Amino acid sequence: MGLGNEESHQLLSNMAINDKHGENSPYFDGWKAYDRDPFHPTHNPQGVIQMGLAENQLCFDLIQEWIRNNPEASICTPQGLHNFRDVAIFQDYHGLPRFRNGVAKFMSKVNGGMVKFEADRIVMSGGATGANEVIMFCLADPGDAFLIPSPYYPAYARDLCWRTGVQIIPVHTDSSNNFQITKEALETAYKKAQEDNLNVKGLLITNPSNPLGTTLDRKTMKSLVTFISEKNIHLVCDEIYAATVFSTPSFVSVSEIIQEMEFCNRDLIHIVYSLSKDMGFPGFRVGIVYSYNDTVVSCARKMSSFGLVSSQTQHVLASMLSDDDFVDRFLAESSRRLAKRHNLFTEGLEKMGITCLPSNAGLFCWMNLRSLLKEQTVEGEMKLWRVIVNEVKLNISPGSSFSCSEAGWYRVCFANMDDETMEVALRRIRAFVGKEAKKAVEVMKNMQNIIKSLRANFSARFDEFIMSPSLRSPHSPIPHSSYVKA
Amino acid sequence: MGLLSRKVTCNSHGQDSSYFLGWQEYEKNPYDEFLNPKGIIQMGLAENQLSFDLLESWLAKNPGVSAFEKDGKSIFRELALFQDYHGLPVFKKALVDFMAEIRGNKVAFDPSGIVLFAGSTSANEALMFCLADQGDAFLLPTPYYPGFDRDLKWRTGAEIVPIQCTSSNNFQITESALQRAYEDAQKRNLTVKGVLVTNPSNPLGTSMSRNELNLLVDFISDKADMHLISDEIYSGTVFDSPAFVSVAEILKDRNLTKDSESDVGNRVHVVYSLSKDLGLPGFRVGAIYSENDTVVAAATKMSSFGLVSSQTQYLLSAMLGDKKFTRNYISENQQRLKRRQKMLVSGLQKAGISCLKSNAGLFCWVDMRHLLQSSTFEAEMELWKKMVYDVRLNISPGSSCHCTEPGWFRLCFANMSEDTLDLAMKRLKAFVAESTGSRSRRSIHSSGKRKSLTKWVFRLSSRDREQEDR
Repeated sequence: MGLGNEESHQLLSNMAINDKHGENSPYFDGWKAYDRDPFHPTHNPQGVIQMGLAENQLCFDLIQEWIRNNPEASICTPQGLHNFRDVAIFQDYHGLPRFRNGVAKFMSKVNGGMVKFEADRIVMSGGATGANEVIMFCLADPGDAFLIPSPYYPAYARDLCWRTGVQIIPVHTDSSNNFQITKEALETAYKKAQEDNLNVKGLLITNPSNPLGTTLDRKTMKSLVTFISEKNIHLVCDEIYAATVFSTPSFVSVSEIIQEMEFCNRDLIHIVYSLSKDMGFPGFRVGIVYSYNDTVVSCARKMSSFGLVSSQTQHVLASMLSDDDFVDRFLAESSRRLAKRHNLFTEGLEKMGITCLPSNAGLFCWMNLRSLLKEQTVEGEMKLWRVIVNEVKLNISPGSSFSCSEAGWYRVCFANMDDETMEVALRRIRAFVGKEAKKAVEVMKNMQNIIKSLRANFSARFDEFIMSPSLRSPHSPIPHSSYVKA
Repeated sequence: MGLLSRKVTCNSHGQDSSYFLGWQEYEKNPYDEFLNPKGIIQMGLAENQLSFDLLESWLAKNPGVSAFEKDGKSIFRELALFQDYHGLPVFKKALVDFMAEIRGNKVAFDPSGIVLFAGSTSANEALMFCLADQGDAFLLPTPYYPGFDRDLKWRTGAEIVPIQCTSSNNFQITESALQRAYEDAQKRNLTVKGVLVTNPSNPLGTSMSRNELNLLVDFISDKADMHLISDEIYSGTVFDSPAFVSVAEILKDRNLTKDSESDVGNRVHVVYSLSKDLGLPGFRVGAIYSENDTVVAAATKMSSFGLVSSQTQYLLSAMLGDKKFTRNYISENQQRLKRRQKMLVSGLQKAGISCLKSNAGLFCWVDMRHLLQSSTFEAEMELWKKMVYDVRLNISPGSSCHCTEPGWFRLCFANMSEDTLDLAMKRLKAFVAESTGSRSRRSIHSSGKRKSLTKWVFRLSSRDREQEDR
C-alpha cells in the first residue's frame, strides 16, 4: 500500500484503526492453526480439529429433507418461481408478515408454549451480531456502560462496543457456585461502575449461557428482573441458544418470568434472538430484536435497514417455520441429538478424569483443566492452550478469551462435527491426558528419588551428629521417626 | 438521564421527511388497476421492475441453483454454515465481472477489494464509520438521495455539508460550488473527510461528465486526508449517451491507481448494489470497492453487522457468472429503461411540463416551478400535497432531496406498468389544465369536482395556513 502508519492515522477514522473489533486477540491463533492445517478424516487425519466453533451441524438432514419436500418455498424452483418478483422487490423493513409470524410462533414453541410472542414486535437484524449492536444503539449513548456476567462470548467486545462506544463491565462469577450470578456480584459491579463515574444503562445476559452451556433458573431470573427494576436499568437477554436445551431444567425465557412479575416495567425488557444456533444456519443471517418497549421497536426497525434479512431467506423460512409438524419434530429431534452428543463427549472425558461444568444446553462444554495447569494463572492457561492447539491439535477456546476470572477453564464445542471426528478428538485427549499423567508420574518418581537420596544423606549425617559426644544429652531421647528411618 | 439513547429521540433517521411521508400516504391508499383504480400511484419509489422476466427465464433454465445443488451434489450444508465475512469467492468474482461489464470492460476490479454488505444502505454507513470520526463532515452535491441523511449521519455522528448545485447549469458540480462548500464546512469548524457523489445521480438521472469527475479527483488530490466516495448504484441504468464514466476509469486514465506512485487511488472508493440494476432490493446485496487495504480490512470486519445471506450469494454467483446472460440482460434492460423514460418525458410534455435531460436512473427530475404559487418551499409543499392527495401521485419533492431551488420533483418511471404510467400522465395533464384554469378564477363558489382543489387555493391565501406550514 505504501502508506506509513502515521499517515493512516489521519486518513481513516479512529474506529477503523483501533483494536476494539477484538480480532487481534491471541485466541485467534487457534483459528489460524486450524486454517493452516484443518482436520479431514481421509485427506488430513493429523490435522487440527475445530472445536472452537459453536455451530449446530447435527440436524441438516431434517432441513434438507424439508426443502426437498417443499419446492414451492423457494423462489427459484419451477413450483415457486411465480413468487420471484414480489419477493425480489420486497425491502419493507417490517419484514414479510408471514416471516414475522413464523418467527413469533417458533420462539413460542422454543419456550414450550409458555409465552406468546407478538409478530409486530419482531424486528430483523443482520444476525444476532447485528441485533446486539442495534439494541446498544437504541439503549445507550457513547460512554455508557452495560453489566455482563463473565465468562461471556468474546465477540461482545465488538458487537456491543466497537461502533457504539458502549463499555462492558464484567460481573464476576466463578466455580465456587458453578458460575451462577449472585446479587452480591451484581451489586459490586454496579457500585464500582458508579464509583468510576460510569453511567450503567443495563444488564445483558446470555441465557442459555455461552460458554457455560447452562440455563438460568427461575429464582435467578426473578432476582435479575428485580435488580434491574430497582436500578431502573435495562435487561437484554440474548436467548440465541434457547432451543439447544437438551435436558432439564427446561428453558425459561425472560418473557415467561415477566408474566409472573406484575411490578416489572416492561419498557426495560428486550430479547435478542437468532436462528443461527437453534436451526444451524448462520449463513442465512437471521437475527431478531424483540422488545417490550414500543419506542425501541420503532427505532430498531428503522435501524434494521442496515441489516435486513434477505427476502429470499425470509420467504423460505416463512414456510418452514409455519410448518407446525416439522418444527415440533425438528425441536424434539435436535434436543435428542444434542443430548446424545453431549453425553458421548462428557462421559468420554470423565473416563479420563476430566470434568466439565454440569450443563443442560448449548453446543459446547465448559471443561475443567485446572489440574493440568503448571500455574493457576492466565499465562499458565495460555501455555496449556498452546500445547493443546499445536500438539494435541484441537482448537478449543481458553477461558481467558471469555474474560473468565478463573484460570484453567476451556470451552469445547461438540456439535460441529460427526461422531467419528468426536471419537478422534476424545482419543487425542485421552492420549494427551495419559501423557500428562505419565509425565506427572515421572515427576513424582523423580521427586521421590530425590527425597530418598536426601534422606539417606541426612540419615548418615544425623547418625554422625547423634554420635558426637558434645551433643548427647542424657535426658533427651533419640527420636525414632520413620522419616529418619526411611 | 434518558431511558433510551439520544439516537432514538433525534430526527437524524430522517424518516419524518416528506419523502417518507408520501410513502405512508401511498400505503394507506395504494393504486390497483382493479381493486383501487382511484388510489395513489407510487412514483416515489426508485425500483426497477422492467426486467424481471429476464431473471425469471434464467431461473427456469437453471433449476439446480434453487435446489442448493452444485454438480449434482447438495451444498445446502456448506451454504447454511457459510458466514465468512470475506464472502463467497465465486460470488465476488461474478460481481466484479458484472461491474466491469457495466463499464464496458474499460476497467477491471479485483475481488479482494470488494467488501459485501446487506445493501448499499449498510455499505455507505460502514464506509462513513471507516473514514469519518463523529463530527467530521462529507461534502455532497445537492440534490441528493434523502436516505443519505440516515445512512451517512444517523449512527455515525458524521455531518453532511451540501455542495449547492443549480438549474443554471443543469445541476452540474462546479469548482466554485465545491470550494464554497469546503469553506462553509471550515467556517463551521468541521473537518472535511471527503466528498460523496452518486454517479449516475439520484435524483437527477444524469451521469457525471468527465469534467466533473476530474474536478472531484483534483479537489481531493491536493488535500492530504480527503476521500472521494462514488456511489455507482445506478451504473447499469445508463440507457443513453453520454456513456457511463466511472471514477475508476478516470483514475486509470490519469494513472492514479494503486499501481502508480500517487496515493489518490487509496482515497477513492466505489459503492455498488444490485438493487437498482438487477431490480433485487429485497435480496440486500451491496458492496464497497476500495484499493485501500486498511479500509478493506476495517470494512470487512464491520460487514459482520450486515452480511449478505449465503443463499443469496450463491444464487447470484450462478446468475452473474453466466456471462451470456449478463451481457444480454444489461443491454435489454437499458433499452427498456430508455423506452419507459421517453414515455414519461413525452407524457410530461403533453402536460406542459419539462424535465432535466437525463440518460440514466429510474426517474426524471421534473421542473414544476411554473406550477408553484410562489417560488418558495412552502409553495412546493402545497403543490406536493395536491399531488399526493388530489392528483393522487406520490412524487418526491425537491426539498426532501435538499435541492436549493423550489419547484423540482423526482418522478419514478420504472416501478409500474405502461398502463399505470399512462394513467399517471393523464391525471397530471388534467390537474395542470384545471390548475391553470382555476388560477384565473379564485372563487370559493366552485363546482363540486373542484371543491377540494379550491380549498387548497383558499388556504394558500390565508396567513394562518402559511404559518402552520413553517
